[in-house]
Amino acid sequence: MPSNRFPIVELTNITTQFGTQVIHQNLNLSIQRGERLAIVGGSGTGKSVLLSEIALLKKPQAGSVALFGQNTQTITNPALIQLRKKMGIMFQQGALFTSLNLLENIMLPLREHQRLPESFLKELAMLKIKLVGLPANAATKLPQELSGGMLKRAAVARALALDPNLLLLDEPTAGLDPASASAFDEMLLELHATMDLTLILVTHDLDSLWQVSNQVAFLGDKQVLCKAPMAALTEHPHPAIKHYFANSRAAGAQMRGIEVKQAGVKQV
Amino acid sequence: MHDRVRQEQGQPPRLLLAEGHYTLYGDWTTAYLKQWLDLQPTLIKPPSTDLQLLTDAMDSNGAMAFIRIFGEQQSHWPQGLTAAQKQLLHLVLQQRETDIPDIKKPNWLADIGLRFTRLGGYAQQLLAFIGQLFTALFTLLHNPRRFKLKLFLDVIQRDGLHAVPLIALLSFLLGAVIAWQGGLQLKTYGANVFIVELVALTHLRELGPLITAILVAGRSGSAYAAQLATMNINQEILALRSLGQNPFDWLVLPKLLGLLVALPLLTLLADISGLVGGSLVAQLQLEINPTLFWQRLSQEVSVAHFFIGLIKAPIFALVIVSVGCMQGMLASGGADAVGVRTTRSVVQGVFLVIIIDAIFSVIFSDVS
Repeated sequence: MPSNRFPIVELTNITTQFGTQVIHQNLNLSIQRGERLAIVGGSGTGKSVLLSEIALLKKPQAGSVALFGQNTQTITNPALIQLRKKMGIMFQQGALFTSLNLLENIMLPLREHQRLPESFLKELAMLKIKLVGLPANAATKLPQELSGGMLKRAAVARALALDPNLLLLDEPTAGLDPASASAFDEMLLELHATMDLTLILVTHDLDSLWQVSNQVAFLGDKQVLCKAPMAALTEHPHPAIKHYFANSRAAGAQMRGIEVKQAGVKQV
Repeated sequence: MHDRVRQEQGQPPRLLLAEGHYTLYGDWTTAYLKQWLDLQPTLIKPPSTDLQLLTDAMDSNGAMAFIRIFGEQQSHWPQGLTAAQKQLLHLVLQQRETDIPDIKKPNWLADIGLRFTRLGGYAQQLLAFIGQLFTALFTLLHNPRRFKLKLFLDVIQRDGLHAVPLIALLSFLLGAVIAWQGGLQLKTYGANVFIVELVALTHLRELGPLITAILVAGRSGSAYAAQLATMNINQEILALRSLGQNPFDWLVLPKLLGLLVALPLLTLLADISGLVGGSLVAQLQLEINPTLFWQRLSQEVSVAHFFIGLIKAPIFALVIVSVGCMQGMLASGGADAVGVRTTRSVVQGVFLVIIIDAIFSVIFSDVS
């Protein structure tokens, strides 16, 4: 649809600093609706900070963040709340409320959103649990009773509670074993295909980069050095990017990524 | 641009009747869940197959509302769904779970029973913990090199020195209040000078040690519980154990030994400032000058009273540290557990302090 072609996220001339340490300087990034963007870069390049600026949880020192075509600097409070409802965030540690079980965690935003019958709220929350591939009996468990992989899925389920258009994920596959990480990536792709989602993920997982993302933004020198599909990015001449991908792990991930894509082509 | 604005604002549900046909407009999205459910009675009136649907947005929450209104039978659904919307509806149908597991909670009778059995458990836990504490203490006596001097001094500073202003002020006020209330009675009998015995006995034997222990239980016992509970939840205590360290050496014994030193000193301070408060009131209300007050104190009040009060302080220290650290180490789960354990440490600490004080009063009732 042509009306969908305006950028869902537009960062213009962002400058971020902590004290005297400048993290981003005049950083620009534009993300289209339906993209699956991965933000990568070495340690300390401000990937997670950028993600929290997109999520409107941290204000940059200078520059503007526009979401869904709205400039967030001049926004009114009710409009801001509307905007937040269209975004889901999965925090690195899950950040599920430890005093509530999983079902209640997901019901919390729904319950505050509108007055709906309790049975319907439960059904909606249950749907999210199933959509992220968790078993029904996980619903009554407390976050601390879930395994690492389940916790990550549970965090996504809560982020999806209000059916956001924009899903932000901070290191979604960190700390997962390769099999769970790969299953998690597949789940993200499925959700993206069925739910009109734009995905933005900060990740170090090279397998995820190949499998999930269709665009990769590489942060370095306080800027976005390059935004391109993964295959093009690995050919990029910039020394920082070359260094990032010039190791055996990257090569292995690339091989696997190509295999996955070829297998996908064969199935089609 | 117009499209963009419309997209941002969304379309609320509307049902229009034109030329004998019902047409249903609006987005099946999270923003309008309530409106759709409110519309349900009117929606199911016309045969749904006569209903024409005109919508270009549907999300999974909206799809659930759709299924709730029109049912699972595809033949009962309105016309005009796009292929993508049908796909989403089928996905939701497939994933829908109507059987929602419930948390089993005991009924009120079982709940009371459970709470009572737990009460016995608390006593057992505490005794077991004190046992562990003493084992660790004896191991330390064998191996004095394992003593953590810095942590010990930290405790004396934080829980002793920093508590000085609070305890001095509160026991001063307490001494003054007792003198005031007692003085009113004594004055009517003309027994003004007995104010010295009244203040000295109540304060040295009972109130000085008691108020100090209660304040320290609230101030430091709760801090111990919160610190250890957080460390426990972050697996820091397990980490200590994995490094071949006894958590008691690091986390409990320095606190116990530190408070064994600090609490008697604080009690001494409370005694003195209580007496100062009492003597001040004696002068103001009963016109007994301080010289007379302190002279009579040394003549008429046996030093035994002071020691009876002071001897309780180390025992209170043991109780406060044991309860606080035990509650911390028992914490499991999340942020909630820290709150629960901290509360329990204060409640149980103050409770035990008062009980022990009462027992001591009975034991030493003959000593005067």
